Amino acid sequence: MAAVGSAALFVALVTALYAVGAGVRAGVTRSRHTAASARRAIYCLAALMVLALVILEAAYLRTDLSFALVAQNSSIQTPTFYKVTAMWSSQAGSLMLWVLLLSLFSSAVLYSTRASLREVTPYATAVLGAVAAFFLSLMVLSPEAQPFATLANPPIDGQGLNPLLRHPAMMFHPPMLYTGYVGFTIPFAFAIGALITRRTGAEWIRATRRFALIAWTFLGFGILLGALWSYSELGWGGYWAWDPVENASLMPWLTGTAFLHSIMIQERRGMLKVWNVALIVATFVLALLGTFLVRSGILNSIHAFGESTLGAPFLGFIAFVLIGSVALVLSRRESLRSEAALDSLASREAVFLLNNLVLVSLCVVIFYGTFFPLISSALTGAEASVGPPWFNAFVAPLAIVLVLLAGIGPVIAWRRATPANLRRSFRIPAVAMVVTFGVLATLTPAASSPTSLIVFSFIAFTIVVALQEVWRGVGARRVMADESWPVALSGLISRNRHRYGGYVVHVGIATLMLGVAGSSAFVGQRDARLSPGESISVDGYTVTYREPTAELLADRSGTGAPVTLGAVLDVNRAGRTFTLRPSRNYYPSGDPAAGAIGRFFDGEATSEVDLRWGLARDLWTAVQPDLQALRPSIDEADRRFVDASAPIQAAILREIVESYRSEPPPATFRVIVSPLAAWIWLGGAIVMAGALLALWPAAGARRRLSSVEAARLGRELSRA
Amino acid sequence: MEYAIALVVLATVVLVIVVRPLHGSAGEADRTAELRAELEAAKEVKYREIRDAELDFRTGKLSQEDFRRTDRELRTQAIEILRRLDELD
Amino acid sequence: MLLLATALVWTSFNAATEARTPSQVLEQPAEPGRSYELTGKVVEGSIERDGEALRFAVRDRVGSASVPVSYSGVVPDPFREGREVIVSGALAEGTFMAERDSLVTKCPSKFTNAEEPA
Repeated sequence: MAAVGSAALFVALVTALYAVGAGVRAGVTRSRHTAASARRAIYCLAALMVLALVILEAAYLRTDLSFALVAQNSSIQTPTFYKVTAMWSSQAGSLMLWVLLLSLFSSAVLYSTRASLREVTPYATAVLGAVAAFFLSLMVLSPEAQPFATLANPPIDGQGLNPLLRHPAMMFHPPMLYTGYVGFTIPFAFAIGALITRRTGAEWIRATRRFALIAWTFLGFGILLGALWSYSELGWGGYWAWDPVENASLMPWLTGTAFLHSIMIQERRGMLKVWNVALIVATFVLALLGTFLVRSGILNSIHAFGESTLGAPFLGFIAFVLIGSVALVLSRRESLRSEAALDSLASREAVFLLNNLVLVSLCVVIFYGTFFPLISSALTGAEASVGPPWFNAFVAPLAIVLVLLAGIGPVIAWRRATPANLRRSFRIPAVAMVVTFGVLATLTPAASSPTSLIVFSFIAFTIVVALQEVWRGVGARRVMADESWPVALSGLISRNRHRYGGYVVHVGIATLMLGVAGSSAFVGQRDARLSPGESISVDGYTVTYREPTAELLADRSGTGAPVTLGAVLDVNRAGRTFTLRPSRNYYPSGDPAAGAIGRFFDGEATSEVDLRWGLARDLWTAVQPDLQALRPSIDEADRRFVDASAPIQAAILREIVESYRSEPPPATFRVIVSPLAAWIWLGGAIVMAGALLALWPAAGARRRLSSVEAARLGRELSRA
Repeated sequence: MEYAIALVVLATVVLVIVVRPLHGSAGEADRTAELRAELEAAKEVKYREIRDAELDFRTGKLSQEDFRRTDRELRTQAIEILRRLDELD
Repeated sequence: MLLLATALVWTSFNAATEARTPSQVLEQPAEPGRSYELTGKVVEGSIERDGEALRFAVRDRVGSASVPVSYSGVVPDPFREGREVIVSGALAEGTFMAERDSLVTKCPSKFTNAEEPA
């Protein structure tokens, strides 16, 4: 079967190359038939990739160890869910996922635009084919990244999935991110097509914006999932570490956000055409960079450049895309001329420009910080890196400004805002802002952090603006259409999905920042070594280590860990008590040199955090048992029972694990109190809801402006 | 061997699917239809803008004077688009 | 934007910690008061607990030059011998005294760069 998979990939590569050729030819000769042929090639590409996926997944499901990938990433005991999702935990598998997603998305898009954008679509098809061809060539030509490589001597059992990845969020996170990255390829392809054919008009904008919004939503969701996983599963208790891999996913999201805003200006005023193209190119390049960063070891150590042989081809492709795009823009700059100019600094255009500037600055800061090790190494010969404090110093002020802009943008007038307009729109929100500031400063401990006070005030401002908009919108609708409140509200929102979806997203971002500010400025953290009976206190919580837990095959999260050592913690705050049970899972080592008993403790270990969520604050706990105390017993067991049968070894293991419970050594605990942290996830959910609202297709008749309205306008205009 | 067979089978299937549309005579893209689609889209956008302007006025974001000015401007632009659409017919 | 760029460049070089391998730490003189990021692999058999502190040795990726390290704080999940680590601190009388919670271990899986900065 593996051979069929390999063949499918090869045919897919050739098909993708055909799509490139046919697409270009169709664009040049304007032949609809050739365009149809190119389109069909993409459909075939999708079918071939689905075939490849099915073959590979089938191999995982039946644990066919002759497949090298299955042997490396799965095992007989791996739970079924993880067998299926293990497909993308490997380099080759994730490349295949990329092409699969790209071909499926492309097919959907090409199908829906088969009767429109006739000049642009053939070139877009060619671009999509080229990107697919690049990734396919990696899988076909590079020995390191072949999904269907087989082993001549299949092992008895596979190596299993890395325990750190055995969590549902971790399994959804890559597909979400990839959907985002792939998603941005579509608007990029259409942008290139539009540049080549010099057609950057209303139709192109409408189509591109939709694709970009879809990609933005998925990418955002992937980023949120990653942060949530980090917070609730990893042993350090934070949600963002300014890790290169995290940053790589955030950067295209930032430029994507900028694009979604500035495209509105192009639609209304015909301005910023070059800027928009630049943004979408940058977003796509950053998405490629993101995929590349995870694959290679380039940012962990300069000496690891080309640790994976995929490093060079990726960089080459990125360079090609960049240079090609720049050349194309330069050659088409006539048709990208602005149709209007900025009328006033107090206008929505100006605010959007500022918004773009802030977002791009954020992206530049993160880019610089992420690649600093390479920059410093090139400039000074020594590789140095910057840490979270540096990132936070730059990102925090920029993010705070963004929150304020999210409040100003929706209500300030286009072209030129008059003082009357400003008064009318901002009086109430400004009052809310000042009141919030005053109340928080005097009545709550928030005063200890001036930055937080400012953020909270801006958040109040932005949320009140959104509420005011809904209120006034409903009011206006009731005047115009004489409807009751609920009908007016639903009518307003469903007729203006884009606008109100946007408002919801702004509220979501403000809420998210509430969580970020609260959990950054007012976090309380303590580490301590405790014996049973001892306790520590953090921010009003008294955490007492009641007793240890030690179990075999009792892993709560279902990852199949043989040994779990943990603790029972009694927590008390102002009279209320509850229990938390953090633990640590130990997975056996596959190293043949490890001892018969010792191997159970020498493999991977993961921290199973226990976390109590709360609207006001979260209490997060993790434990690190001290294995040193068990070492003498383990070593002796290794010596004495090396040849014993499995049941005897199991019994010895149970004994040793029991001894942890009966004579527990002190364990290291980390307790973190994060105020308002839950609002990060709530805010994220609101953002997603807003995006979905904006994306929701209006049912049939409402898709176009209602025919009644259109007829009315038509009549009025013909009379004029 | 398996590889070769799969290769041939899959390649043939793809070839058949992809070549089918090419049998017709190479048709020119209908430029008029292209232009009409573009104008229709622009008309949609303009209508939406007119309606949004009215909503903005009623929610207090635009003053009476600003609204009249903007509305007039937008309607002029919409008429232009409608005229060009009519010309196509 | 220019202001931002200048600020970026200026602060980054001041705030950055330089990465050094064990052989570099041993050979090059350490500037007093500066801390470095020691990068390398954990030497097999070198991990031992000394009360609150964790002791291990870090060697060059290629070669045998190694530096003993004394570390206290949270130990990341993937930490074990043979793994690549980064730990910040300074050399003091032959032992690299690590800053608390500064141990980062690289996950060997190619897929996830699951670093756990403690």
